[in-house]
Amino acid sequence: MNRRDFLRRAVKAGISIAAAGSLSLWLHDRVGPGRGEAKGDLVRVPDFSLPELGRRIAIVTGTNRRETVGRAIEALGGMDVFIKKGDRVLLKVNAAFASPPVLSATTNPELLAEVAGLCFKAGAASVVVSDNPINDPVSCFTLSGIDEAARSAGAKVMLPAEGAFRTTTVPGTTLLRGWPILWEPLQGITKLIGLAPVKNHHRSGASMAMKNWYGLLGGRRNIFHQDINTIIKDLALMVRPTLVILDGTTTMMTNGPTGGSLADLKQTNTMIVSTDQVAADACGATLLGITPADLPFIIRAAAAGMGTADFESLRPVRLSVG
Amino acid sequence: MRIVTVRRISQGFFLLLLLWFCLVSTMGVEWWQIRGWPVSWFLELDPLVALGTMLSTHTLYRGLLWSLVTVGLTILLGRFFCSWVCPFGTIHHLVGFLGSRGKPLAARVASNRYRRGQRIKYYLLTFLLTAAAGSLMLGLVRTPADRPVLFVVGAAALVLGGAAFALSKSAATPRRYLVLLPVLFGVWIALCFFLPAERVLLSSLQTGLLDPIPLVQRSLNLALLPFVGAAAAPPRYYEGAWLIGTVFLAAVFVNLWVPRFYCRFICPLGALMGVLARFALWRIGRTGDECKGCQLCETACEGACEPRAEIRISECVLCMNCVDSCRHDLMGYRTVRSTSGERTSPDIGRRGLLLSFASGVAAIPMVRLSGLVGSNWNPGLIRPPGSLSEPDFLKRCIKCGQCMRICPTNIIHPAGMEGGLEGLWTPVLNFRIGRSGCQLNCVACGHLCPTGAIRLFSLDEKLGRKEFREVGPIRVGTAFVDQGRCLPWAMDRPCIVCQENCPVSPKAIFTREYYSTMRDGILVVDGADPPTVVVADGHLEPGRLASGDYYCTLVGSNGEPPRRIVDNTHNSVTVSPGSPWVRIPRRGSSIAIQVRLQRPYVDPALCTGCGICEHECPVSGRRAIRVSAENESRNPRHSLMPRDT
Repeated sequence: MNRRDFLRRAVKAGISIAAAGSLSLWLHDRVGPGRGEAKGDLVRVPDFSLPELGRRIAIVTGTNRRETVGRAIEALGGMDVFIKKGDRVLLKVNAAFASPPVLSATTNPELLAEVAGLCFKAGAASVVVSDNPINDPVSCFTLSGIDEAARSAGAKVMLPAEGAFRTTTVPGTTLLRGWPILWEPLQGITKLIGLAPVKNHHRSGASMAMKNWYGLLGGRRNIFHQDINTIIKDLALMVRPTLVILDGTTTMMTNGPTGGSLADLKQTNTMIVSTDQVAADACGATLLGITPADLPFIIRAAAAGMGTADFESLRPVRLSVG
Repeated sequence: MRIVTVRRISQGFFLLLLLWFCLVSTMGVEWWQIRGWPVSWFLELDPLVALGTMLSTHTLYRGLLWSLVTVGLTILLGRFFCSWVCPFGTIHHLVGFLGSRGKPLAARVASNRYRRGQRIKYYLLTFLLTAAAGSLMLGLVRTPADRPVLFVVGAAALVLGGAAFALSKSAATPRRYLVLLPVLFGVWIALCFFLPAERVLLSSLQTGLLDPIPLVQRSLNLALLPFVGAAAAPPRYYEGAWLIGTVFLAAVFVNLWVPRFYCRFICPLGALMGVLARFALWRIGRTGDECKGCQLCETACEGACEPRAEIRISECVLCMNCVDSCRHDLMGYRTVRSTSGERTSPDIGRRGLLLSFASGVAAIPMVRLSGLVGSNWNPGLIRPPGSLSEPDFLKRCIKCGQCMRICPTNIIHPAGMEGGLEGLWTPVLNFRIGRSGCQLNCVACGHLCPTGAIRLFSLDEKLGRKEFREVGPIRVGTAFVDQGRCLPWAMDRPCIVCQENCPVSPKAIFTREYYSTMRDGILVVDGADPPTVVVADGHLEPGRLASGDYYCTLVGSNGEPPRRIVDNTHNSVTVSPGSPWVRIPRRGSSIAIQVRLQRPYVDPALCTGCGICEHECPVSGRRAIRVSAENESRNPRHSLMPRDT
C-alpha cells in the first residue's frame, strides 16, 4: 500500500466514523419515552347558540314531518332568524344504526331533506350532514335513507374517516377530558342543528336531542355507559346548538335504541323544535310516558345551566297541522 | 399486428378485468363499488372449480356452467387460457420476462428447457381431485348394496366384455384377465359390505389452495388490495393475511429463477387443461425440416414444452413466442402434426399417479381424525350466515375470499387453523377486528359465493320473516355473557352496552335489575332532615353519588324500594323528591348505599349470533360477551334448545 492509498482510505474511514457519530449524537435521546400522553392541540366545539333569541320552544302536532317542522320553525320566527346568508350549517343526524327509515331508529330522511331545504332557502352557503354511527357507517347512511335524502337536498354527507377526529377537553366536565371527537365536519361550521328521533333507551331511559351528540364522540366511547347520565350532561356542555329538532312523530316506546320492529313504535305525532335542548328533551320525555324527573340527565343538565327541565315555563308555541 | 401483441393485449385486458372485479366487490354507493358486475366470472370460467365441486357435490352450481366455455375451447385449441386469459399466468409471464431480460440467449434457453419436475402438477391435480371425489367413490363402493340390479348388469357386461377382449388377444393374457376380474369384483363386494365406507371415503374440496384463479383472487382481496389501499378509508384488516400475501409473492418472485415456475410445476388448473389439450385440433408445431437449430424459439418458450424437438402438447401454453421468433417461419399453429413429432399426453408415471391417488383418498379421513367436523367441533369457528353444515361447506368452499372482501363490516376473515387443516383460509367471523357485527339487513356474502358454500339466502330468510317465520332467523351462533368480566356482573358498574346494541326485536339481551350495596356502603345514620340523611362517618366523595345510578335504602326495611340519590356531601345523602322516605331514618340506624345495576342475560331463542354486542362491549380486550357457534342454524346438532324455535 502506498501513501496515497493509505490517505484515501483514512479519509473514507474518517468520513464514515464522523457520519455514524453525528447521526447517533443527533438522534440521541437521554430521557427515553414518556408516559404517552395525547399529542396535538386540543380543539373546542364552538358555541353555536344564539343567546339573543332567548329560549324558545314550539310543539307542533301532525303526521306530516315536512309540514310540522316547517310550522314549528315558522312559529319560532322562521329559519331566517337562525340561519343567515352565507352560513355553513352542520345537521347532526342520528344515523347510529343500519336500519330502514320505517323503523324510526334513525333521523327521518324526509325531515332531514326538509330542514336542509329550509337552511338553503334561508341563504345557507353549505349544509353538511354527519354522524359517527355505531354500525358500519356506509350501511347506516345508505339504509337509513339519510345519504340519499341529504344528497338530493344538495347537502354534503361526511362519513367519519380515520383522520377526522381531534382531541377535545370540555371545561366543567369530568368525562370529556382529552377525548377524541368527530372534528372534520365541524370545521368551518357556523351553525349547528341537531335532528334526533325520540327513542326508548334502557340504560338512560331515553335517547333524544342531548344523547344525539354521542355521535360526535370517537374512541371507545362505550365506556361512558358506566356513567350515562354524566356523559349526557357533559355532552350538553360540549355542544351548544343553534337549534334542536326532536322528532316525536313516531316514538320508539320499547326495545330502544335499536328498535327493529314496527311493534316497538307508536304514533305520537309531535314535532318539537327548540333553542333549548334540555327543554326539548323534557318535552320529549312526555311522549315516552315518563316525566323529566325520571331522567337524571335532564335534571343534571338543567342544574349545569344548559337549559330548563320545566319546558312549560318557556310558554311553548303549540300548533296543530292537518 | 403480430400475434404476440394480440396476446399481450388480451392478457392485459383480462388482468385489468379481474382487478376491476376484485376492486368493485365492495359495498357502497360510490361509482366504483358493487353494481351488478359479474365479479365471480373468472371463478366461474375456471374448469377446476367446476370439476372439483362436481366431484364433491355431484352438481354444478349456478354460474359454474361458464366453465363449459373454457373446457370446450381448451379441447379445441389447447391451453389458450394460460397465456391469453389467466391473470395469474399474466403476472408470472410478466415477471419471468423481466427476470430474463439481459440474460444471454443460452441461459434463457436453459431456463426454458423441459424439467421432469413439471409432472408434479399432474400429481397435485390427481391428489386434489381424489380428495374431492370421496363421496363419489363412496357411491361407487356402495353400488352392490344400493343398486344391486345395476351392479349385476354392469358386472356381467364387464365380465363378458373382458372375456371377449381376452380371447381376442394373444394366448398369454387371458389367464391374467380371467383371474384379475373376479378378484377385483370380490374386493369390490368385500369393500361394500365390510368396510365402514361412509367413515373412510370423505370429500373435501382443497383445489382452491393451488387453483390459480381462487389463489389470485384471494391474494388480491385479502392481501394486496387492503395493503395498497391502506391509505383509503376505511382500512380493511384480515387475520393472517401475511401468509396469503407471502405465498403470492413467493409464487411471483420465483419466476426470476424459472419463468412461469408456478404454471409449469404447480398449477393444477394448467395440469387439467394439459390433459384436456390432448385432442386439440390446432397445435403448435414445426412446419418443415429446414431447422437450423438456432434455438431462438426456445428463448422465450413459456410452457417449457420443447417446440424445437418433440413438442409436449400438454405443456404448451400457446404463448406463440416460438411462432413469433422463428427467423425461418418454421413454427406454426395448425391442424397438421409437427414435423419433428409431438407428445400428446403428460409425462407421468403409473406409480406416481397411483401414489397421488392413494394419498388423495387417505388425506381427508386422516385430517378428520382430529374430530373437528364431528364431536370436537370448534365453537370459535363461526361461519357466515347461510353457510352449509361443515362437511357440506368443505365440499364447496374454494377459499377465494370474495365473501371476505364484500362484507361491509370486515368481519369475515380467512381461517387459520380454527377449522383444522382443511379449513385453512375458509371464511370465519371475527367480531373484534371488524367495524360492527353481522349487519341485520345484509345478504352480500351469499350473493357473491361462487360455489354455494354460503347459500344464496334472502333477507326474509335471514330475518325469519314471512314464509320463514316458522323456522326463525338464520343464526350463526349465540352470545354468552362472561360474568367474570362483565362490568355489572363482576365490578358493580352499570353498563349494558350489549343490550342497547342488540339489533333484534324483541332484544335477545335482556336485563334484570339488581341493587348492589357498595363497598363500605353501610353507613350509620346521625340524623335526618328529609329528604337528606346525615351519616356519622363522613367519608363520601361529594357529588359522587349524584350520577343517577346510586340509591339508598334503610337496612332492615324489607320490601321498601331503594330511593334514588340526587346529591351528597361528605357526610350526607339527599334522595329524590320523587321517592321520599316513608320512615325517617333514625339516629343509630343504618342505611345502605347501593348502585343500581342492570345485569345482562341472553335469550338463546332470540339471539342470532350477529356479534354486534361482542363488537361493542367496552371490555375491549377479551370481551365480556362473546359469540360462539353454539345454536348455529347450519348444524342442528349444535342446537342449544330442545326444539329449534
